Amino acid sequence: MGKRLRGETLAAFTMVAPAALWLFVFVAVPLIYVLGLSFCGQDEFGNAVFEFTTKNYANLLNADYLQIYLRSVLIAGATTALCVAVGYPFAYIIARTSSRHKSVFYMLVIIPFWTNSLVRVYGWKTFFSGTGWLSSVLMGLGLIDAPIDLLYTTPMTVFGMVYCLFPYMVLPLYSAIEKLDGSLIEASADLGARRSETFLRVILPLTSSGIFSGSIMVFIPCLGYFFVSDILGGGNADMIGNLIERQFQSANNWPLGAALSIMLILITIVLVRAYQRMGGDMDALGV
Amino acid sequence: MNEKIIVDVSHVDKYYGDNHVVSDMNLKVREGEFLTLLGSSGCGKTTTLRMIAGFEDPTSGEICIEGNPVAGKAPFERNVNTVFQSYALFPHMTIFDNVAYGLRIAKVPKADIATRVSDILELVQLEGFERRYPAQLSGGQKQRVAIARALVMHPTVLLLDEPLGALDLKLRKQMQLELKRLQRKLGITFVYVTHDQEEAMTMSDRIAVMHDGVLDQLGTPEEIYERPQTKFVATFIGETNIFEGCVNEVDTTKRISVGLENGNVTVAPQEGFRFGEFVTISVRPEKLRVSLEPREGFSLYGVVRDYIYVGSVIKCNVVLPNSNEVRFERLAGDELPKPGEVVFPYWEPDDCVLIHNRDNELYTALESIRLV
Repeated sequence: MGKRLRGETLAAFTMVAPAALWLFVFVAVPLIYVLGLSFCGQDEFGNAVFEFTTKNYANLLNADYLQIYLRSVLIAGATTALCVAVGYPFAYIIARTSSRHKSVFYMLVIIPFWTNSLVRVYGWKTFFSGTGWLSSVLMGLGLIDAPIDLLYTTPMTVFGMVYCLFPYMVLPLYSAIEKLDGSLIEASADLGARRSETFLRVILPLTSSGIFSGSIMVFIPCLGYFFVSDILGGGNADMIGNLIERQFQSANNWPLGAALSIMLILITIVLVRAYQRMGGDMDALGV
Repeated sequence: MNEKIIVDVSHVDKYYGDNHVVSDMNLKVREGEFLTLLGSSGCGKTTTLRMIAGFEDPTSGEICIEGNPVAGKAPFERNVNTVFQSYALFPHMTIFDNVAYGLRIAKVPKADIATRVSDILELVQLEGFERRYPAQLSGGQKQRVAIARALVMHPTVLLLDEPLGALDLKLRKQMQLELKRLQRKLGITFVYVTHDQEEAMTMSDRIAVMHDGVLDQLGTPEEIYERPQTKFVATFIGETNIFEGCVNEVDTTKRISVGLENGNVTVAPQEGFRFGEFVTISVRPEKLRVSLEPREGFSLYGVVRDYIYVGSVIKCNVVLPNSNEVRFERLAGDELPKPGEVVFPYWEPDDCVLIHNRDNELYTALESIRLV
């Protein structure tokens, strides 16, 4: 008995150990490092030196930063709202259609996933710039007289975010909508409900978990997708992600960057906990 | 008998692509009756029900409810309600909200909703469950909620799609009686779909037996059992012995003689059968007899194989020369031939059912092709 148990323990250990080690080295250690760094000070050259201080956290409340946080939340909120508005009908159609093209629609969402999003965002830049495709075609058609440059605006940033994060909204929505029992929709119609009433009273409440998980999957990464606001927003729409990036790349204030990162992680944890509280399914988040 | 027709399905065909699921269906449902659509899976019974409910449109033909054609009318525009096989209770609503759903949509005043819901829950014996959620109920309770939710709308016709299919046998038997009692009490027309012939026999005023999209026979349970009009109906309802043969003598005043592979048999005279026609004979095990001597008009013989004791009844299998088996039943205690003994099966000419064989249509069709 004891021997057998030891054998099982050994087997379990050999299976779990590589994954645990991987997680420890590549997730836990960097996190602990960032956490430690966020309590460090700086010498006169800007290098991080260990001296326990909370001034980095105090600096987070800088008025300029608060404005960036607010903008981040607004952009992420707008991105999430747009993703729901466009993603819900889209996911509904591909989830409920009996068409044999169902898998094609599904792949149309998945395929861009396989290409580097940085590359794709640069693609949009050439499309929307003053000398880009859109402008040239519209001028060629005589619809506009002077080139239009849509780049480097907040709406452009939101557009880029929606574009990059759309699949993260569609996939949880798709799985929630596909799970919906079709006979519930029929039962609702049978009891006198019109399509709009069925949608509001039955379909929407039963797929709200998909909306919640999709929103979390869009909102949180959106706060950190600095390259989108960099490339398409051109510094006019800085977000928390840009702020963190700048601490490490140009301002050379690693401890402050670490404190910002820790704050972002805490926000994430709070949102995920709220999602769990509302009865959200952790599997739907893919975590 | 009330003869007012409440649902009239006339010449309805339904195709899914090339698949002909319902063909030339004609069915008149009388007001206040309990009518069952009976058949094995894929026979088109559920499709027929869904066409009445408005979830499917007939490819051709017409359905009238209370005399009005319902073509193009959505389910919510028809005064019929459906009880689904999966119950289809809204999981995010309490039992009260589930039952009140249709009333709220219909904008019934709040006070009326409360009384109507509590009345109907009392009727299905679910008082005190108002605040629970469907997930907290047993299968039988969910079923009652589904029925209450449909009945609270006061439908002209209640459509039930295998509502007891998911319940265990004991609960199913109990619910069958309850449903029947409920239907009698309310006087609402029930159109019920099931594949369980016993269930159909227990509950129905009339049964419509469907097979391969065709309505084979419509009649009372007794008619269906005693006078099946097709071989399918004879074999699907209860146990029976089937003999296929050819009419070799017709004496319409005395008897019809049929030649089988294993010998000749005699059946009671009846109209509509001609010499040379292929026929099917159905004899219920309780009507089949055996004798130790050959009987006049019968030249079947076989060997007793074994006995099965089923409580008060003994079932006996007899093997015919072509290795087909026939089965008869006796009450326990009757004297029986021994296994291995040669016996001569026979029956009273009135105790069997003579059925036109569909092969005749095939032969006629083949002949006409040859003529063309």
